[in-house]
Amino acid sequence: MTFAQLLFGVFPYVAIILAVVGTFWRYWSDKFSYSSLSSQFLETKQLFWGSVPWHYGILVVLTGHLVAFLFPRSILGWNGVPIRLYILEGLALIFGILAVVGLALLIVRRLNNPRLWKVTSTMDVVLLLVLLAQVIAGVWTAIFYRWGSSWFAAFATPYLWSILKFQPDIALVSNMPWMVQTHIVGGFVLLALLPFTRLVHLLSFPYEYMWRPPQVVIWYRRSRLGGS
Amino acid sequence: MNVRAQVSMMFHLDKCIGCHTCSLACKNIWTDREGTEYMWWNNVETKPGTGYPTRWEDQDKYRGGWQKNGNGSVHLRATDKLRGFTNIFHQPYLPTIDDYYEPWTYRYGDLFDAPAGDDQPTARAISLITGAPIDIEAGPIWDDDMGGSNIYAANDPDFSELTEPEKQAFFEMERMVFFYLPRICNHCLNPGCVAACPSGALYKRGEDGIVLVNQNVCRAWRYCVSACPYKKVYYNWKSGKSEKCILCYPSLESGQAPACFHSCVGRIRYLGVVLYDADLIEETAAAPDDELVQRQREMILDPFDPAVIAQAKKDGVHHSVIESAQKSPVYRFVKEWQLALPLHPEFRTLPMLFYIPPLLPVLARMEDGDTYNVDATDYFGSLDKARIPIKYMANLFTGGNESHLVETFEKLLTVRMFKRSGEVGDVSLEKVEEMMTATGLTAEACEEIYRLTSLPTFDERFVIPPMHREYATELMGDPYTFKAETGFGFRGKPVRGL
Ligand code: SF4
Ligand code: SF4
Repeated sequence: MTFAQLLFGVFPYVAIILAVVGTFWRYWSDKFSYSSLSSQFLETKQLFWGSVPWHYGILVVLTGHLVAFLFPRSILGWNGVPIRLYILEGLALIFGILAVVGLALLIVRRLNNPRLWKVTSTMDVVLLLVLLAQVIAGVWTAIFYRWGSSWFAAFATPYLWSILKFQPDIALVSNMPWMVQTHIVGGFVLLALLPFTRLVHLLSFPYEYMWRPPQVVIWYRRSRLGGS
Repeated sequence: MNVRAQVSMMFHLDKCIGCHTCSLACKNIWTDREGTEYMWWNNVETKPGTGYPTRWEDQDKYRGGWQKNGNGSVHLRATDKLRGFTNIFHQPYLPTIDDYYEPWTYRYGDLFDAPAGDDQPTARAISLITGAPIDIEAGPIWDDDMGGSNIYAANDPDFSELTEPEKQAFFEMERMVFFYLPRICNHCLNPGCVAACPSGALYKRGEDGIVLVNQNVCRAWRYCVSACPYKKVYYNWKSGKSEKCILCYPSLESGQAPACFHSCVGRIRYLGVVLYDADLIEETAAAPDDELVQRQREMILDPFDPAVIAQAKKDGVHHSVIESAQKSPVYRFVKEWQLALPLHPEFRTLPMLFYIPPLLPVLARMEDGDTYNVDATDYFGSLDKARIPIKYMANLFTGGNESHLVETFEKLLTVRMFKRSGEVGDVSLEKVEEMMTATGLTAEACEEIYRLTSLPTFDERFVIPPMHREYATELMGDPYTFKAETGFGFRGKPVRGL
């Protein structure tokens, strides 16, 4: 087995299994540990300048990835006209840079504040470093390979589907520039890390809040009841 | 009508001696873990003062509680369905630990390890967060007994409506006056904390109204902290979960009083169940400021009324709880005698902890230039000369409605004069009868208020309803297995996540 096969043909499955099994295991065995572990209570000013750009930047970029994964044709169609390709790439770059800057500020904030050292675990450090490498690789791709979005739709999407269909087509990605390859592997590393870091807060997105009644009343003899 | 039961509380402020025993009883049981050192689920403030966290009553800063909409409904100041998501990465109104204080201990080892020398060794103060030496700049009772009153008391948010001379009058050395305000979670009927939690981790227990945070559901979004106008939900920075007063429900479930009630030296605390009409929650919360106290009283139902009893049974209130409500001291003080008032009703959470405002510091005044005395001749007239302006008390207890306070004080004075005429005999009976007619109190009522205020037994102060956890236990599994377990329902280790 070649190194490329290991990276792009085997590791993705390891990552997916770790993510799925790990998440269920953690949720089942230790619900208490699911938390965003916010540190705003200990430091709020710098958090604003880091957390807000980071989260909004990364959310937009991830949504872009998701659209390209689900509707690759729409992306390819849009990018058919060069000016539109530039608009898309430009926007993606802006949000990517927001994410990088935000993340960098968050790291600096953590380094600078002894209070925050108390709430920084080894896994937090690992996660921050992997995330930083990942977004830098992403932004790098956006800057130096300005066809990134088309490339994602044309190559990464079929590659990802090939993994999901258990017929990994390594050739689609193994000839990419090494920065792009790093970005792909980084994505799977993050997936694997998900259940073992505070990334689990992604899974606790509180969408129920949108439709639940404001007051929550729980009775022991009735089922969960809303009421104001 | 939708009848629900609420374990409700009453604190008699004339009796509080500011000893902080309650705070320590609570701390020793619930908040001596890492991450909770700064929390005082029960705290006692000196009024006037800025309180804990500093200036918590200033909702322009903290944005706690609810505001009225035009159409008879209310909205939270700190959050809503949209901001619940858009502010999730950074909350603009969240207090930080510096709004409370940085918890500390002393390096006692220094006392033993210091090398021999000419000076006494000292134990250096170190932060309980970082472990590094700190200069202590604030604490949970930093302005106790009006210490630093020109900084702290002078910045009391409840002065907002007072004129400059009225404010100054507080600080004239000879007129200086203060009282204590013990605070715990109010276990509100319209809790801001519950409504603000995006995860739905906070909830009100249907049977007894205790407000709790489910530690397994909390995801550290911290909206409860911002939305509680009393700042009675605390964020545990270590475990990444919010925590709050649980009214010692494990004690209540075994028929015992909560720790702060049990330990109260001044015996100022009363606990009992009241029945209320849950259908009225929203419209009561949206009432005009000066009607809030009255409207909240109207929500509380008469536990002797056959119609209420019938409806209560239909709504699933156990008959033993109804019986308990009939003996509730809180019901008597709040509804029957209308003596106890909620703290800051204008926050619109419908708090279920009520206070009898303190009469003594209001009335005691210097007569001959060196002793303080209560005016025994002027009767109600003495209220006009009160040392603490009624307006200040109204800002605290009635949403600005001064007449409620005057009524309350007049009743308290009447009881006092009634007893004085009996015991000392220097007050004429006609005068007392005049006062009783004016306040609507009968001689029996005066006697009962006096007894329940001054001579209540333990069981008269705390009328704890049967909590019937056996029903819950049955639902959760085999009662015989449960019997052998700890019974808290939380068996994992509360360790911070990765
Ligand atoms: S006092 Fe605050 S924490 Fe307690 S129930 Fe009311 S809103 Fe919630
Ligand atoms: S124990 Fe009682 S008397 Fe002492 S401070 Fe607390 S409430 Fe006041």
